[in-house]
Amino acid sequence: MDNMIEIRWHGRGGQGAKTAAMLLAEAAFDTGKFIQGFPEYGPERMGAPVTAYNRISNERILVHSNIYEPDYVVVVDETLMDTLDVTAGLKKEGALLINSPKSPAEIREKCGGYEGRIYTIDADRIAMETLGKNFPNTSMLSAVVKITKVEEEERFLESLQESFRHKFEHKPQMIEPNMQAAARAFREVKE
Amino acid sequence: MAVRDKRSGNEAVGIAMRQMNPGVVAAFPITPSTEVPQYFSGYAANGEVDTEFVPVESEHSAMSACIGASYAGVRAMTATSSNGLALMWEMLYIASSDRLPIVMAVVNRALSGPISIHNDHADSMGARDAGWVQLYGENNQEAYDNEIMAVCVAEHPDVELPVMNCYDGFITSHSVENIELLEDDAVRDFVGEYRPGHHLLNPGAPMSAGPLDMPGYYFEHKRSQAEGMICAKKVILETADRFYELTGRRYGLFEAYQMDDAEMAVILIGSSAGTAKEAVKRLRREGVKAGLIKIRVFRPFPAEEIKEALKGLRAVAVMDKSEGFSTHGGPLFHEVSSALYYGDKDLLLCSYIYGLGGRDVRVEDILQVFKSLSDDIARGSAEPYCRYLGVTDKEKEEAADGI
Amino acid sequence: MKEQDLIQPFTPWQDTTRGGNIYGSGSSKYYRTGGWRVDTPQFEAARCVNCMRCFLLCPDGSIALEDGQVTGIHYDYCKGCGICSEVCNAGAIHMMSRQEESAHGSER
Repeated sequence: MDNMIEIRWHGRGGQGAKTAAMLLAEAAFDTGKFIQGFPEYGPERMGAPVTAYNRISNERILVHSNIYEPDYVVVVDETLMDTLDVTAGLKKEGALLINSPKSPAEIREKCGGYEGRIYTIDADRIAMETLGKNFPNTSMLSAVVKITKVEEEERFLESLQESFRHKFEHKPQMIEPNMQAAARAFREVKE
Repeated sequence: MAVRDKRSGNEAVGIAMRQMNPGVVAAFPITPSTEVPQYFSGYAANGEVDTEFVPVESEHSAMSACIGASYAGVRAMTATSSNGLALMWEMLYIASSDRLPIVMAVVNRALSGPISIHNDHADSMGARDAGWVQLYGENNQEAYDNEIMAVCVAEHPDVELPVMNCYDGFITSHSVENIELLEDDAVRDFVGEYRPGHHLLNPGAPMSAGPLDMPGYYFEHKRSQAEGMICAKKVILETADRFYELTGRRYGLFEAYQMDDAEMAVILIGSSAGTAKEAVKRLRREGVKAGLIKIRVFRPFPAEEIKEALKGLRAVAVMDKSEGFSTHGGPLFHEVSSALYYGDKDLLLCSYIYGLGGRDVRVEDILQVFKSLSDDIARGSAEPYCRYLGVTDKEKEEAADGI
Repeated sequence: MKEQDLIQPFTPWQDTTRGGNIYGSGSSKYYRTGGWRVDTPQFEAARCVNCMRCFLLCPDGSIALEDGQVTGIHYDYCKGCGICSEVCNAGAIHMMSRQEESAHGSER
C-alpha cells in the first residue's frame, strides 16, 4: 500500500531493540518522512524476547494495527532464531538482517524456506571493537538504514551525530565510538 | 509557529500540560498512563512549571486532591487508565456535580478482569454517566490538541464541567509518530488564565461547597448540571473554531470521512478509525461507496448531527470497543440507534463489539465489516444486528475469514 | 449571610447555585436545631471555673460566652448531646430529662 515500509525488530529485553526502532524512526523522521515506532507490551524482563516495529512512509500513516507482513525483519540476537520463526510474514520481496558473524548463506539454512534476501552484520564484534561493550544497536541501526535506503549514508551519519549529541550529553566520550560503530556497519553488511 | 516533532501520545500530552502550567497535578501511576505524570514530574522538578506536583496514594486520592485544588481556585489536572479510573469512580461524579473544570487524560485500557494492560474503551465508557465531557482522539496529534482544547471547554462559564481527554493505550500513548507541537506562548495565550468566579480559601468571599441536598434541592442541582453538558456542545465547537484560527487543524463533534456520497459506513472511536480510513480508501479505489464517521465528542452525544450525517445511507455498522453487557449492542450503538429513532428508520443498522483487551484491529477486519454491510443491503436486513468482530467463535468458523 | 439570602427548596434550577454552593458564611445560624433536644443541660454559674472544655467540645457551638466567661447555653441550637456535662470537671452542668423539667421547671 503506497510506498510505506514496515519493519519488525526482534531482540531481548535490555539489548536496545526498542531503542534501535526509535532511533530508526528518528533517522527517517529527520529526512522528512512520516514514521511510527512502537514496541509490543507484555510481562517482560531483561533477556525476554521483545518485538518492536517501525512504519516509514512518504505520506501520513493512518493504520494503527500491528505489523503482520513486514518488508524487513531485523534480528538483534541470533539465538532468538531457535525460539521463534523470525521470518513469519516477512515479504518475499523483503529482506532479513541478522546480527551474526555467519554468512547469509549459512543463515538461510536456518530460515525454513524463506526465499527473500538475507543480510548479516557482525554487530557484536563491531560493538566490542569500538565501544568495548556488547551493545549492538547502533551498528544494527546503520545496517538497517543501508539496506532499506531510508536515508543516504552521509546525511544519516550527520543526523545520528546530532542525536548522539543530545543522547550522550552527559557522556560525550560515547559519541565517537558509537559513530565509528555506525560507519563500520555501513561497510560491513554482508549480502 | 508550529514545531515539527515526533512524540508518543503520552509525551505530547505531558508537553501540553507543561505548556498550560496547571496549579496542581495530583496523580497515581497506572499502565499505560504512568508516563504522563512521570514526564510532568520531571518538568516540575526542573522548575519548568509552577505546579504543585502531588504524588498521592491512589487514584481515588488523585481525584480528591484535584477536586480540592480546583475548589481552591487553581487549574487541576491528572491522568489515569482502566482500574485507576474505576477506583476514582465516586469522585468522578463529585468533580462533575461540584462543577469543577478538572481535565484528565484517560489512556484507554481494558478493565479487569481478567487483567489486561492493553487497549479498549471499557474504562471511559464505564464512566459515561458521571457528567464529564468526553473527547476521544485518533492519534498523538489529536491527544495533544484535545488536551489543550479540553481546558478551554472545562473552564468556560457556560460549561464548568470536568473533561476527559481519551486516547488509546499503547497504540497512541506509546507509539512515536509525527506531530506538530505549538509554541509555549501560543498555548498559554490560547487557554488563558483560570479565573473562577468563586473559590475556597478566600476570606473576602467565604463559601461552602459540596453540600448535602434534601429532596427539595437535588433534582434542581442535577438539572443545572445537565445544562452545563447541553451548553458544552456549542462551546466545544467555538473552541475548535478558535483552534483552527491558531493551527489550521479542524475539529468538530466527529469527523466524517468520505461520507458525501457514501452508501455504507462504519462509526467508531479512536485509533481504529485510522485503520478503518485505510480500509475505506481501498474500497473507494474499487468503486465502493464506503465512508466512516469517527466520533470525537461522546459526551455530550451529538445525536442531531449524527442523525443528519447518516441521512441517505443504506447500511451502517456501529463499532464498540467495549462490552456493556446489555446483550443488544454496545454503548455507542445505543447512542446512535436512539438518535436514529427520530431519523431514518429504513437504515440497516448493526452493532459490532470488537478489539477488546487489545485484540488487534486490522484493515482486513474493517473490510470484512463492510462486506457484511453490503450483504445486509443485498438481502435487505440487518438481522442479527448484534455482532462480534475478531472473537474466536467455534460456530462462526466456517464464515470467519481466518482472523 | 442574611436569612432572606437562604436558598429555599424547589427554587427553579435556573436560579439555584451551581453545585449547591453556598456563597456566604454563617448560614447555619438559621438552622435552629434546639427543637431536636430531649435532655437539656442546666448550667450553674457558681460552680463554673471557666476552663472552656464545654465551649471547645460542644459540637454545635452552643455554649454562650461573654467577656471570656461562660454564661450559659444557646438553647435555640443545643441538641442535648450531653458532651458539655460529661466533660465538665467542676460539676457546673448537668443534664435534665424531660420528666424532671416538667416536674421541677428548668432554665429554658
